[in-house]
Amino acid sequence: MPDEANGDSLSPEGEVELYFKMCLIRAVEEHVVSAASIGLVPGSTHVSIGQEAITVGACSALDPKDLMLATYRGHGAFLANGGDIKELMAEIMLREPGCCAGKGGTMHLSDPEHGTLLTSAIVASQIPIAGGVALGCKLRNTGQVVMTFFGDGAACEGEFFETMNMAKIWNIPLVMVCENNGYALATPISKSQATPDIADRAKGFDMPAEIVDGNDVIEVRNAVARAVNRARSDGGPTLIECKTVRYGMHSTRSPGYYDNKEDANAWRDVDPIPRFRAALIEREVALPAALEEAEARAKMEALDAREFAQAAPLTSIETIRANVFAE
Amino acid sequence: MSDTVADPTRTLAMREAVTEALAEAMEENPDIILLGQDIGKYGGTFGVYRGLYERFGPDRIREGPLCESATVGFGTGLAISGMRAVVEISFMDFSTVAMDQIVNQAAKLHYFTAGKLKVPMLIRSTVTSRLGLGSQHSQSLEAWFMHIPGIKVAIPSGATDALGLMRTALRDDNLVYFIENSGLYAEEEEVPTEYYEIPFGSARVVRPGTDATVVALSSMVPIAVAAAEQLEEEGVSVEIVDPRTLSPLDMDTICESVGKTGRAVVTHDAHGTAGPGSEIVARIQEQAFDSLDGPVLRVCGEDIPLPAGLSVSKILPDEAKLIESIRTLVEKNW
Repeated sequence: MPDEANGDSLSPEGEVELYFKMCLIRAVEEHVVSAASIGLVPGSTHVSIGQEAITVGACSALDPKDLMLATYRGHGAFLANGGDIKELMAEIMLREPGCCAGKGGTMHLSDPEHGTLLTSAIVASQIPIAGGVALGCKLRNTGQVVMTFFGDGAACEGEFFETMNMAKIWNIPLVMVCENNGYALATPISKSQATPDIADRAKGFDMPAEIVDGNDVIEVRNAVARAVNRARSDGGPTLIECKTVRYGMHSTRSPGYYDNKEDANAWRDVDPIPRFRAALIEREVALPAALEEAEARAKMEALDAREFAQAAPLTSIETIRANVFAE
Repeated sequence: MSDTVADPTRTLAMREAVTEALAEAMEENPDIILLGQDIGKYGGTFGVYRGLYERFGPDRIREGPLCESATVGFGTGLAISGMRAVVEISFMDFSTVAMDQIVNQAAKLHYFTAGKLKVPMLIRSTVTSRLGLGSQHSQSLEAWFMHIPGIKVAIPSGATDALGLMRTALRDDNLVYFIENSGLYAEEEEVPTEYYEIPFGSARVVRPGTDATVVALSSMVPIAVAAAEQLEEEGVSVEIVDPRTLSPLDMDTICESVGKTGRAVVTHDAHGTAGPGSEIVARIQEQAFDSLDGPVLRVCGEDIPLPAGLSVSKILPDEAKLIESIRTLVEKNW
């Protein structure tokens, strides 16, 4: 659990580990884009390039026993929460050893062993489910905290508001992390949000909220840690809005359209990975060589996972027909 | 002592049967949580939860705000975290507000996680087809749910079945939609005193007969019995089969009956077009074609939104319409 005020409760190794995870997500997502471009990812896939600081920072503030639910842009959250990279790659490529046996695909991941219950592709739908999980934890007094990620698009859906209301009434251990990347597919927030800050909506439910720079991994981690502490000490739910910028496209199939060229290229200027790298060097947490080693390791693991997935068998028809009902 | 002595019974109304099954299961399983609006001291819109709040308290009888969608979502969350949720959506019409959570989430999670998650959740709704409450408070939407793989649909027609099916539903690890017709709540039956469950996918032959099979659902079951008694006086012997669950659907019992009678009529309150009867008719002709002496007919709600007021009964099936249909089937030389 990091210190409330800053991230210095992390050891240098811990900070480098965060850096490694961000690099790993980036490397995996780059493989996903390239695999999709040659038809290895049927349908469409939504990568989280440029948003690695949010998932890595937020998940680093959780205890291993805590639970997390994310969205269809969920590869980063899955990995940040400790998910197996090979299982992820195999799932994205619809292979038998995938985390959901290749039946969920890129948008529907599940890894309860590491606390990732599910990712959902109906915008905002996982928010009330996360609320129910948190209610269950509270009723059984398990001491677990439940976190859910969602985007700015979800903040326009009724279930977002309904869940804040119920979460506050029932004072449940829920941390709601909004990844506001500025665009819901092709619609900029200027056209979709009545107020510029999604965090303002928590006020209507007397729920604490924070706005953080979503491209600063330590800032995200600290804000989430405060929310997790509050939730774990029966202080109820928190909304955290992480301001970020969407990388190139909505998905590999839907480019999304940016209102202007500045928006389309904005992510490069605030890319959280070089930014964290520079900060680690400047704060003398790590030498460039150590960070280069982490980058190389991330790339190697991502490549291994891709090769594993490509060589794995496609999901069989028997598997596809299974699990309609629990026995 | 003679072995012909009937098993001991007691008198129970359908509403009491549902309440009793819930209370019994909650007593046995502390992980059962009830969610819904007005389910606390008020006892639920139709009084099914009367007494439960006093007995199990506010943590387990969790009265919440009016938001069907998030309520079902919370139920799913409870279910995947190892508890068992029972969600009341008072009028079945209101399930439309929660369709994403029911159809895209609760019904899908076990499947797309390859079995990693289970969703032991029961949704209960009341259908008030004949109360005349108008187009938004009267619909029988069971076909919507039997259409979706991953949802079990139970639709009892009386106290005995409600008690046995509810007991089964509260032990099932899947999403179950349990449909109760308000017109049956006060109807009393002699119910076995000894504990019993009714497995899903087991239809009940309500009444034996030889000339025609009537497959009847929910509130049409007692109406079909009345019609059969009327026809008996005319020398037409009608067998009535109540499927009791639509998913799974016990076609063996239905086809066995059709094999005996050679004729079938399917009847329910839901609109005829793409109603549950459409599926039952399709399966009868697929699975029992050789047995049929004529077409399989339907006596259903007309394809008209249900109007307010008691004139609603004019567009719903009734005894006279059913008798006419059975007579046509039996008398005409097909």
